[in-house]
Amino acid sequence: MKAFQYLNPKTLPEALAAMALPGSVAYGGGTNLLDLMKTGAATPDGLVDLTGVQALQSITLDDAGNLRIGAAVRNATLARAPLLRAHAPMVAEALLSGASAQIRNMATVAGNVLQETRCPYFANPDAACARRDGGQGCDARVHAGREHAVIGWSEACRAVHPSDMCVPLVALDAKVELSGPEGVRLVALSDFLTLPEETPNRRNLLGSGEIITALVIPAAATALAGQSRYLKVRERTSFAFALVSAAAAVQIAGGKVIRARLALGGIAPKPWRVPEAEEAMVGRAATPETYRMAAEIALQGAAPSGDNGFKIELAKRTVARAFEWAAADVPGLGRDLPASVFDTIPEA
Amino acid sequence: MSGLEFVVNGAACGVALEDPRVTLLDLLRDRLGLTGAKKGCDRGQCGACTVLVNGARVNACLTLAVALQGAEVTTVEGLSEGGNLHPMQQAFLDHDALQCGFCTPGQILSAIGLMNEGESGDDVARVREGMSGNLCRCGAQPGIVAAVQEVLQAHSSGSR
Amino acid sequence: MPDDFRKITPDADHGFSIAAPPRRFGTGGQSAARRDGLAKVTGAARYTADVSPAKALHGVIVSARIARGRVAAMNVAAAMAHPGVVEVMTPQNRPPLAQHPDEKRHPFNFRHEALQDDRVRYAGQAIAMVLGDSLEAATEGARLLAPVYEAEVPRIGFDAAEPWTPQMVGFFAPATHEIGNIAKGLADADVVSEITMDTPAQFHNAMEPHAIVAEWVQEDGRARLLLDTPNQGPVMTAGLLAGYLGIAAEDVVLRTPFIGGGFGSKLMIYGAMVLTALAARAQGRAVKTVLTRAQMYGPVGHRAGTRQKLTLGVARDGRLTALSHDVQALTSSFEDFVEPAGRASQHLYAAPNLAMSHIGLRGDIGTPLAMRAPGEASGSAALEVAMDVAADAVGLDPLEFRLRNYAEVDPSTGQAFSSKALRECYAQGAAAFGWAGRPLAARSMRDRRGRLLGWGMGTAQYLCTMYRGEARVILRGDGSAVAEVAGVDMGQGAWTILAQTAAEGLGISPEKVLLRSGSSVLPDGSVAGGSGHTATAGTALSEAGKDVVKQLTALALNDPKSPLFGAGNSGVLAVEGRLLRADNPAVGEAYVDIMARAGLRDLTGTGVGERAAENAEKYAMFSHGAVFAEVAIDPDLGQILVTRMVGAFAAGRILNPRMVQSQLEGGMIWGLSFALHEEAVFDPTSGKVLNDDLAGYHIPVHADIPAIQTMTVEEIDPFVNALGVKGVGEVGITGSVGAIANAIRHATGYTPTKFPIRIEDLPL
Repeated sequence: MKAFQYLNPKTLPEALAAMALPGSVAYGGGTNLLDLMKTGAATPDGLVDLTGVQALQSITLDDAGNLRIGAAVRNATLARAPLLRAHAPMVAEALLSGASAQIRNMATVAGNVLQETRCPYFANPDAACARRDGGQGCDARVHAGREHAVIGWSEACRAVHPSDMCVPLVALDAKVELSGPEGVRLVALSDFLTLPEETPNRRNLLGSGEIITALVIPAAATALAGQSRYLKVRERTSFAFALVSAAAAVQIAGGKVIRARLALGGIAPKPWRVPEAEEAMVGRAATPETYRMAAEIALQGAAPSGDNGFKIELAKRTVARAFEWAAADVPGLGRDLPASVFDTIPEA
Repeated sequence: MSGLEFVVNGAACGVALEDPRVTLLDLLRDRLGLTGAKKGCDRGQCGACTVLVNGARVNACLTLAVALQGAEVTTVEGLSEGGNLHPMQQAFLDHDALQCGFCTPGQILSAIGLMNEGESGDDVARVREGMSGNLCRCGAQPGIVAAVQEVLQAHSSGSR
Repeated sequence: MPDDFRKITPDADHGFSIAAPPRRFGTGGQSAARRDGLAKVTGAARYTADVSPAKALHGVIVSARIARGRVAAMNVAAAMAHPGVVEVMTPQNRPPLAQHPDEKRHPFNFRHEALQDDRVRYAGQAIAMVLGDSLEAATEGARLLAPVYEAEVPRIGFDAAEPWTPQMVGFFAPATHEIGNIAKGLADADVVSEITMDTPAQFHNAMEPHAIVAEWVQEDGRARLLLDTPNQGPVMTAGLLAGYLGIAAEDVVLRTPFIGGGFGSKLMIYGAMVLTALAARAQGRAVKTVLTRAQMYGPVGHRAGTRQKLTLGVARDGRLTALSHDVQALTSSFEDFVEPAGRASQHLYAAPNLAMSHIGLRGDIGTPLAMRAPGEASGSAALEVAMDVAADAVGLDPLEFRLRNYAEVDPSTGQAFSSKALRECYAQGAAAFGWAGRPLAARSMRDRRGRLLGWGMGTAQYLCTMYRGEARVILRGDGSAVAEVAGVDMGQGAWTILAQTAAEGLGISPEKVLLRSGSSVLPDGSVAGGSGHTATAGTALSEAGKDVVKQLTALALNDPKSPLFGAGNSGVLAVEGRLLRADNPAVGEAYVDIMARAGLRDLTGTGVGERAAENAEKYAMFSHGAVFAEVAIDPDLGQILVTRMVGAFAAGRILNPRMVQSQLEGGMIWGLSFALHEEAVFDPTSGKVLNDDLAGYHIPVHADIPAIQTMTVEEIDPFVNALGVKGVGEVGITGSVGAIANAIRHATGYTPTKFPIRIEDLPL
């Protein structure tokens, strides 16, 4: 591992000053960045440890009812927070389905957003990877596997954003609060994470010297809290990334959908949300056919990037199942078990 | 050179830390002689290095030592008191919850972390899920889950 | 720190001793708790990487990131310039070896890479070694070397590899075998069913990475190498390593008291081991090298990928008329190990026409080697699926079909089995599982949640390996004993069971036996592999104990002061530290009294454990079992959960039921892992294993592992060895893979053609 300077600011201004040093990178739990430093895929000159900044530690509801989550809040802390469970339980469900209990105790929410793809070529500095170094090469062009994208990918990059947490956050219109030399700005999470297209190494809209200071889940999410689920499909039942996952929320009145939210994970370079799929559901009967229709729209344009075409149909089925469960859900239910197929199929 | 002051197994500990690259795991193993936590992958993927930091289970291999100023760290060496094992250690013996033993300290610390979290009860599915960050290659999982369940049961019924 | 929790350290003569634990820390008796358990739950167990000699250098191996070609350049200057880097060893400056790493003087001289040249023959091989004052410095030095390669296109996978016809497969087993006439057998069949099965490369992935701590010391006026390293054959490996270093075998002291899992991967000689010893000699300092997890995907063996074809001819009455098992197995370009998968079908079912064949496929990969149940695991996986396909073809229940083809003698040799309680395993396992009433048709069961349910079974079989081992038992004047053997405990319970066998031979309570083990300076108990360690080392210890009893008997019978004087004709019994007249057990004398009178402070016996040649010739010897599994499958999403497993096994005499249960469960979990999880994926561009870590290479987590029930059917086997024990470490995998695959087949109608079985394979 390359030698680096370690800085541990206590206040936000100190943090921003530290970030202004050349080669500085924000550091949270280290569960992804330190790992990449060990493989040689990341070689920062300085780590700015944000976990000691008090201002980044809180989970609060503002007067307008938006839930504000400090950047340095640990994944496990957030997953257990009563405020989150009331406001957006499927985010808690997604968090608990990710990684291991140990990792969740360490990883911060900002780090979760900024975590890198687990495409094996990314972590291997000897492999060609445009996403890592901005070059033209991509060894996944020759060999893309089950873990690679089936939608939103480009010839430059077939990688998948690995987060579970971000999938329901994108579905719920969450925003990222960024602080930097130019001040504070709010960006929709779905815009903040970018598609590879021409510049695959620009993986998000983080500006130079900027840090994430908070995630904000809008007040409107609470209306969907009672009918929302995160469902994650993977072969190893725990401690594995999603093959496909879906965050689905649906508000139903008189048997008809009045509002729906949907995002998918495991299939695209960022959490995949198609507003047209949600809109098409409105006014239709809350039935499996409607959910399948939404899934078809959401996956329009999907194409295998390698030996992974099966994920397209699997994703559609996962969407349909997630909506079925969301529709059948009990408002306010907190879930301690992760979003596994096995633990959550309602008994017939 | 920066000085790291923290508490290890209940005792204050000061270390001159000249290199910020040192992980908690390497600090414990190479510099403090506490080799109970194991390096199975060094990448947070196996759980063999699990220790408690301020009561919460973490992977010591992905924790920078320099970030632990003032923290309280508990390793397997700090579990027994006097001549008595921690109930989790005793349960691992009673249920033959180990074979090669390499993952064992991590399993035990993780199980204690699970108990501290206080959410799983003794439900077997939750115990299995809660322990899934700790791999065991020998296949001692049936014994491990039985041991953890037993201790959680005793813990939740207050009979400890 | 209380004495009980103290670190396990070597004695002055480099051996390790563990006594029976105080009772409050574990039960005694036949089902005794692990002697090493206390050390393992307190962190006091001493694994190699826990050893840190004063001023030890840290060694870091630099691994090739290409699979074929040569290293054109390395930036040695950059590495040397990094603070804390002490030395960079490359082919240019590597000290000489007395034996070339590719020279084979002994079958276990595995060809390896110790910087003999700049060639790269697989990804992950050693191409340099960096020594540093700290691990951090050496690791960064290794990164700064930034090797430049001249890469050639690697030969990866079945299509690119080059076929070759081996004479031998596995360790010295014939590559082909045929009895009867397959073509005729197939012609006689009413139904011919054929399946193909691909199995992937799998890596042992013991939780403990390979590690070496080497330190040269002056003892008795000469240089000796103290080598701490986890190793499954300490005496053999010490001798082999001495050959490369040009020193006498006894000048390598290999210490291996605790092994954090082996599974076959710690039987090898590999570059890092030789290089660490060399570096320590050159530097005059101890050197500690620990492989990274990624470095375990290449130089330390793996289970080879196979492509198998099984052709079964079946008569309408359900009897096999022919069984042919043809195997292609991937291997390296420079060694000759071929996965002996075909062996799995040669001794199990009574096919009158029976054959196997093997083809090696050479590619640019590390040498595959034995991995828990080598041959049988992969072969049984394919065979058991083939059996279910054939059973379907004649409309028979899978268990009934297997019973109709029950082999009363070894079908490939005609030998009688030394013992075989497989029928009882079938019956007891089926009863415990509730197999009766299983519907024949696929997709005919659902659980209350609407999930597809399937029940499958498989037969388990594994050969009873036995080597030649030696041991020593020393009876002390106080009635206690020290049992000495270079035994190997990698989790199977050798610390416990070996003490029990010594105690049994000696006729004293196991609690009175201190086991001294884990070091090459002790009598050679042979290797721990092939499920033969307890049989070999255990028999040797038992015999050594009997040798002591024999000497005691001679003393007593010839001593007029002994109550046993003159009892020679009636014989004596050794019970609880006393010799008793066989014809009148009320008359006897304690060992301590016999020794005291003879003025002996201790009495040493030696023993050899090996199979009687006449029995080996006359009998076929196998452990057997029957495994039953249930799976639940989401009908839309295809996610598979194994919901329960039952295994009934017959493995000779069960020495310690507690250890045996653990071994059998572990094997069954390996079967689950084989069926559903494990698969190394090779990058066609670089030839590197892409998922060379524990996040990408999946082994099951707690949440994947269901309730498992095991039971044993005890067999009395007077032929297999003097103890009557068979192996239990590997048999649990065989049968289990097939049982799960067949359960999936039953749930979905899908006949697997490859492992692991994936969501996308299922017809949903």
